[in-house]
Amino acid sequence: MQRIGAFVCWCGSNIAGTVDIDAVTKSAADEPGVVYSAEYQYMCSEGGQLAIRRAVEEHGLTGIAVCACSPRMHETTFRKTAAAAGLNPYMVEIANIREHCSWIHKNRESATEKATILMRAAIAKLNLNKPLFPGESGVVKRALVIGGGIAGIQTALDIADAGYEVDIVEKSPTIGGRMAQLDKTFPTLDCSACILTPKMVDAAQHDNISLYTYSEVDEVSGYVGSFSVKIRQKARSVNRELCNGCGDCITKCPVKKANSEFDEGLSKRSAIYVPFAQAVPNIPVVDRENCTRFKTGKCGLCEKICGTKAIDFEQQDEIIEREYGVIIVATGFKPLSPERYGEYLYGQSPDVLTSLEFERMMNAAGPTGGVLKRLSNNEKPKSIVFIQCVGSRADAKKGKTYCSKICCMYTAKHAMLVKEKYPDIDVHVFYIDVRTPGKNFDEFYRRAAEQYDVNYIKGMVGKLADEDGRLRVIASDLLDGKQITIDADLVVLATAVEASPDVRALGTMLTASMDQNNFFTEAHPKLRPVESPTAGIFLSGVCQGPKDIPETVAQAGAAAVKALGILSKNKLIGNPCIAESNELLCNGCSCCENVCPYGAIEYTEKEINDHGNRNNRRVAQVNEAICQGCGACTVACPSGSMDLKGFTNRQIMAEVDAICRT
Amino acid sequence: MQRVEGEIKQKAHELLKSGVVSSVLAWKKGDLVYDAAPAFFKSPNALEDMVYNGFCCSNLSKYLIEKDSENEKVLVFLKPCDTYSLNQLLSNHRVIKDKIYAVGIGCDGKIDIEKLRAKGVKGILEIEEDGESLKIQTLYGDETCVRRDILLEKCLNCKGKDHMVYDELIGSELSEETALGDKFSQVDELEKMSSDDRFEFWRCELSKCIRCNACRNVCPSCTCRKCVFDNPHSGVNAKVNVTDFEENMFHIIRAFHVAGRCSDCGECTRVCPQGIPLQLLNRKFIKDINNFYGDFQAGETVESRSPLFDYNFEDIEPNVISKGRGIN
Ligand SMILES: Cc1cc2nc3c(=O)[nH]c(=O)nc-3n(C[C@H](O)[C@H](O)[C@H](O)COP(=O)(O)OP(=O)(O)OC[C@H]3O[C@@H](n4cnc5c(N)ncnc54)[C@H](O)[C@@H]3O)c2cc1C
Ligand code: SF4
Ligand code: SF4
Ligand code: SF4
Ligand code: SF4
Repeated sequence: MQRIGAFVCWCGSNIAGTVDIDAVTKSAADEPGVVYSAEYQYMCSEGGQLAIRRAVEEHGLTGIAVCACSPRMHETTFRKTAAAAGLNPYMVEIANIREHCSWIHKNRESATEKATILMRAAIAKLNLNKPLFPGESGVVKRALVIGGGIAGIQTALDIADAGYEVDIVEKSPTIGGRMAQLDKTFPTLDCSACILTPKMVDAAQHDNISLYTYSEVDEVSGYVGSFSVKIRQKARSVNRELCNGCGDCITKCPVKKANSEFDEGLSKRSAIYVPFAQAVPNIPVVDRENCTRFKTGKCGLCEKICGTKAIDFEQQDEIIEREYGVIIVATGFKPLSPERYGEYLYGQSPDVLTSLEFERMMNAAGPTGGVLKRLSNNEKPKSIVFIQCVGSRADAKKGKTYCSKICCMYTAKHAMLVKEKYPDIDVHVFYIDVRTPGKNFDEFYRRAAEQYDVNYIKGMVGKLADEDGRLRVIASDLLDGKQITIDADLVVLATAVEASPDVRALGTMLTASMDQNNFFTEAHPKLRPVESPTAGIFLSGVCQGPKDIPETVAQAGAAAVKALGILSKNKLIGNPCIAESNELLCNGCSCCENVCPYGAIEYTEKEINDHGNRNNRRVAQVNEAICQGCGACTVACPSGSMDLKGFTNRQIMAEVDAICRT
Repeated sequence: MQRVEGEIKQKAHELLKSGVVSSVLAWKKGDLVYDAAPAFFKSPNALEDMVYNGFCCSNLSKYLIEKDSENEKVLVFLKPCDTYSLNQLLSNHRVIKDKIYAVGIGCDGKIDIEKLRAKGVKGILEIEEDGESLKIQTLYGDETCVRRDILLEKCLNCKGKDHMVYDELIGSELSEETALGDKFSQVDELEKMSSDDRFEFWRCELSKCIRCNACRNVCPSCTCRKCVFDNPHSGVNAKVNVTDFEENMFHIIRAFHVAGRCSDCGECTRVCPQGIPLQLLNRKFIKDINNFYGDFQAGETVESRSPLFDYNFEDIEPNVISKGRGIN
């Protein structure tokens, strides 16, 4: 029989204002197993904790029921109190009479009744608690960063500088991500490449960093401290060790008509290529879909010209298996394609561009050498219209419901850059709202609107019409409440930031949860913004939600620090509330295995002595290091063999019984 | 089907004699022609009592789980519908494929003795089956009858005459289609009732239950080594035995336990001595699963995973259950 102490907290007036503390404390005393009950203004304070410790000593308590706030808030606190009093920390139960009761009810009488019932349930459960002991596991001192944009690079540099090994797996042939494509960056208008490329080189040259470019993650197994990952290094058709980056092959390649991904299709590249001059690593890739040698078996000019014999058409994908203690996701985004919005004529008129295409056009190393022109006739535009929120803040059927956060700022940037370079061009911006929170951000926008005389129009564009080569923009001006038309030579669409849908497969591999927009979800939106709910997985950059470069870099550093928190430990203490199967009852039916999201359940063939009856059976076994205690298996198990320590079926049933008791 | 019986016996004889199997699971003659019951035959001589006729309705697959730990191989004869159950047992690892030799046999639909009796046919001595028409010798003279009129409920909702798993087939080409119509029509009717009426309906039906456990014991999806209702530590075994809700609990929990695994074999309804339409409860689950996750037939293949026990890349996150996928 337990000797239970029940402690009822006032939480100042937070609970006491609505719940009759005295009544709850008194009726707790009558519950089975309770030998002591008390109340206190702030149970979590020094004084409250001391009162608990004294009571344990004086009354020989074996378990503590605290009626207070959410266990998310102070369960750890009271577990520590129990441990300090010499009890097993898992001999603590919390009845949440604040969030679940006083905060959501007004009527004192019914709130008191509910608090009493919640207290009863906690005590009924506590009567069945058993001491639990967490296991320990080791830590592989290496981090994996998936995605080599500015987020991934920054996280990797921070971890590497702290003295730990980091691998970056980047899907494309070079690291750098979207930032490499940008021309100038707000709010300071410094050149993007000038601040990014040194970091790319730092990452490549760092002793602790290994780059796996043109690579993807194929398989992930294991758990925090000990992930095992298969990396697929795709065949580049170029031997990385032999290539010296001279680029002769690229000049020689007769195929010149492949679309350049880096220039968003606005320029052409050869079949063997490096995405851009400052690519890291500076090793070309053969795009097998466009290569004549792969299409027809003939050509091979690059092979002939290469002085180091680095071209290898037979090269195969290589699978590399590595162990990691932590994984940081930094897979970034891709801008939404506006093709689905027929009204904007994107894809129909060459003079309608996305903002990212516009970045390329403004860039001195871009497809037009930094000269702004209409792609339809190579003439300089006289009037440009920017349309914001294309696909953002829409209803779910038409686009993304969220604000993409960066478009107001980069559109202001674009408008200003145009005006700076070509003061005679008319620039109009259509917006729903201009949102510029951030250090020096509003000043930046106002400079565009006030100093540079950019015509900001609050309104929605209904459609574009191609009128003899000019683009007629038909829109509503919401402030004047009237329809307007503007003739433009160039239209730029600020398209929504979208997480690429193929990262969902990665999310499933990592068992890291994602929201409906394919952004990775954080463990807590306010308090744990860079951690995924899955232990050992961290989030860096836009893969978690739209953000600009300063925010991305800040989050990248935060993710690195969280990851270092694990890497710097020699042992990880597990959570003892994990599943366990009763071999006598187990059918070996695989129901639990099928639902376990973490792959924690394995089977063994084993001789079982079932009350003298010996036979070989297939039985389930839970890998304690992998199990996260989610409980999915216990619900699926038909025989009741699978049970969750700390939340056993009997404990839950006892709670339900206590709640239903009249 | 008389021809099939001969072939079956021959096959059993052959495999027993050659030692490929050490026992045969089939149907055994009873005192009366309609008493055919599942039985294991261990020697060629014993095969004399083996039968295969319109009364061999029991699904033999469930009897295989007793064999999972013995060192012998069993020959089992399975009608098309029984093979769904076998697949289910295989995928739950309750029967090991290597330990059995499954012979799929043809089926024209099995006879419901109660329906025959209701037609006033009594003192049955022998039945001669000739496709659709049945000749029945009785103590009181000969009768004839159309098979369709006296088929078991489960046969009227036959899933088809194809075997889902087998090592060999016998006489399957002779099978006559018996399915009559929409297996969910009764579920639809129940759904149309007000919730009070429906509650009354089930209370009334389930109150007839005498807890003989026949439904549970026959069910090829209900295969726990120790049923939660027999386990004093489960916390549900005697949960409500103080009230008349116990039987209701039993059946609700059973329906949940077989949800996604019930192949709709109809054995539960068939064996209930109280005539409770148990299968109807399971069909409601089957219908809902189909609505939520797309059509699913338990036991169609060994690999197929019930949507209730599956995760895949396409799964939506639990917090984003999209509207319109469920039932309204
Ligand atoms: C038109 C435009 C203008 C902008 N202008 C500015 C500006 O002026 N100032 C500013 O602060 N911000 C600006 N931004 C925002 C800026 O681009 C982002 O904040 C920044 O690029 C985010 O970095 P990231 O590393 O999170 O993502 P990304 O840059 O998208 O990098 C992600 C990387 O991960 C890789 N990857 C993706 N999936 C996988 C996978 N499964 N496996 C391996 N690798 C993968 C990608 O190939 C990519 O290299 C602008 C954005 C746009 C679209
Ligand atoms: S509780 Fe069960 S389902 Fe959840 S992780 Fe552990 S073993 Fe898997
Ligand atoms: S679900 Fe239960 S009975 Fe089936 S294998 Fe898992 S623990 Fe065993
Ligand atoms: S519940 Fe009834 S219909 Fe379903 S598998 Fe069991 S016996 Fe067959
Ligand atoms: S077979 Fe019928 S009477 Fe027997 S337990 Fe099942 S439902 Fe009850």
